[in-house]
Amino acid sequence: MAQAHDNAPDHPVHYQVPELTDSLEASLRSADLITTDRGRTLDFHGRRPSLDEVWALLAQVADPEVPVVSVVDLGIVRELVWAKEVLQVYITPTYSGCPATELIESEIKLALMQAGIAQVSMHQRISPAWTTDWITAQGRAKLKAYGIAPPEGSASKAALFGQVQEVTCPHCNSQNTQRISDFGSTACKSLYKCNACLEPFEYFKCI
Amino acid sequence: MTNQEALTDYVLRLGDSALILGQRLCEWCGRAPAVEEEMALMNVGLDLIGQARNWMEYAVELQGQGQDADQLAFTRDAHQYRNLLLVEQPNGNYADTCARQYFYDAWHYFTLKALCDSSDARVAEIAAKGLKEVTYHLRRSSEWIKRLGDGTEQSHAKMQAAIDEIWTYTGEAFIADAVDEQMQAAGIGVDLALIHEQWRAHVEATLQEATLTCPDMQAYMQQGSKQGIHTERLGFILAEMQFLQRAYPHSTW
Repeated sequence: MAQAHDNAPDHPVHYQVPELTDSLEASLRSADLITTDRGRTLDFHGRRPSLDEVWALLAQVADPEVPVVSVVDLGIVRELVWAKEVLQVYITPTYSGCPATELIESEIKLALMQAGIAQVSMHQRISPAWTTDWITAQGRAKLKAYGIAPPEGSASKAALFGQVQEVTCPHCNSQNTQRISDFGSTACKSLYKCNACLEPFEYFKCI
Repeated sequence: MTNQEALTDYVLRLGDSALILGQRLCEWCGRAPAVEEEMALMNVGLDLIGQARNWMEYAVELQGQGQDADQLAFTRDAHQYRNLLLVEQPNGNYADTCARQYFYDAWHYFTLKALCDSSDARVAEIAAKGLKEVTYHLRRSSEWIKRLGDGTEQSHAKMQAAIDEIWTYTGEAFIADAVDEQMQAAGIGVDLALIHEQWRAHVEATLQEATLTCPDMQAYMQQGSKQGIHTERLGFILAEMQFLQRAYPHSTW
């Protein structure tokens, strides 16, 4: 039966990822798109890290399909709990059919184990359903720097049912943009075109 | 029938319809009329297969026989499938695919919306998750009905023919059987009369805007899927979908 989720935090992130500086942005732009373990620096061998330290580590685990953002930026990691020596990790998949869900799970587990946390227990939690409202401000800034327009506004019913707000072009910031298709290269994105700079771009749709 | 048995059947119906339509849509892979349509069809199919997995994982828990969702999907024969007859109908031309998708999406949207208030917490959370995705599905398929219906003379004629052709498969979803009644009484399932009302209003408004003629709502409707009686189409879908598990049982990769 369903678990009680009364204790689920409203917002998962009490760890703040660093400010998006010019140099960070430059390094993101030149980021290797394949490697998901770049820049992991934390090591907990021989001790039990605090939850803050674990959040910091997971903030370095890239999403496999949009590697510019981390699984923490996307709000996929919902809760971390120490149960004695076992780290319990609660994650919420983005879309029901997202083919990356299993990969994300194993990437998280791998990162934790590589950092020295031997016992990890992964749990999927589908309620409350994942929403783009959980993408952090840092995550939105990184998406935009990468050329993907971040979701606009909050996942209200109006946004879902077609009264789409203006989508800002991530390249030239014009609001004179046009939807090409509701469905893009991954379930989470739509295709847009900018009428000002004429560049096509992807929009991380609001759900 | 105990509530648990009825619930298992109820959940399987939702999962099977999503799975079979997902499989159907994937037949368009490499054949869609435009690259944006190809991506959209595959996205919708993937959403549906993901939702099917959520339902089937719950169904196997309810059955408690130690099976997993893959076994349900790949080792049941046609008479054990509970998907709507509507979703097993062939892709046909693009208007046929759009008509089938729209009638399903409208039913699916209002059904999931109502199931968000199910007294069964697991049903409610799977529905709430799927509803976000299905909202986009319905928006897209409604737009295609209007675009083709209110398009050229040829697209209008093809869209009208597609709707008339598939119409007798649209009513089954709203005909309640013992499982539907038991689930509604338990506060778990939906009120099919209410869903039918909402579906009818949506269909009438969409077809009117598309300049299409709405077929007779009182027409004879095909039925049987809730008891496992299907059209011969389902066997062909399963033959392709289940080939690997049938030829090489228990293989994994």
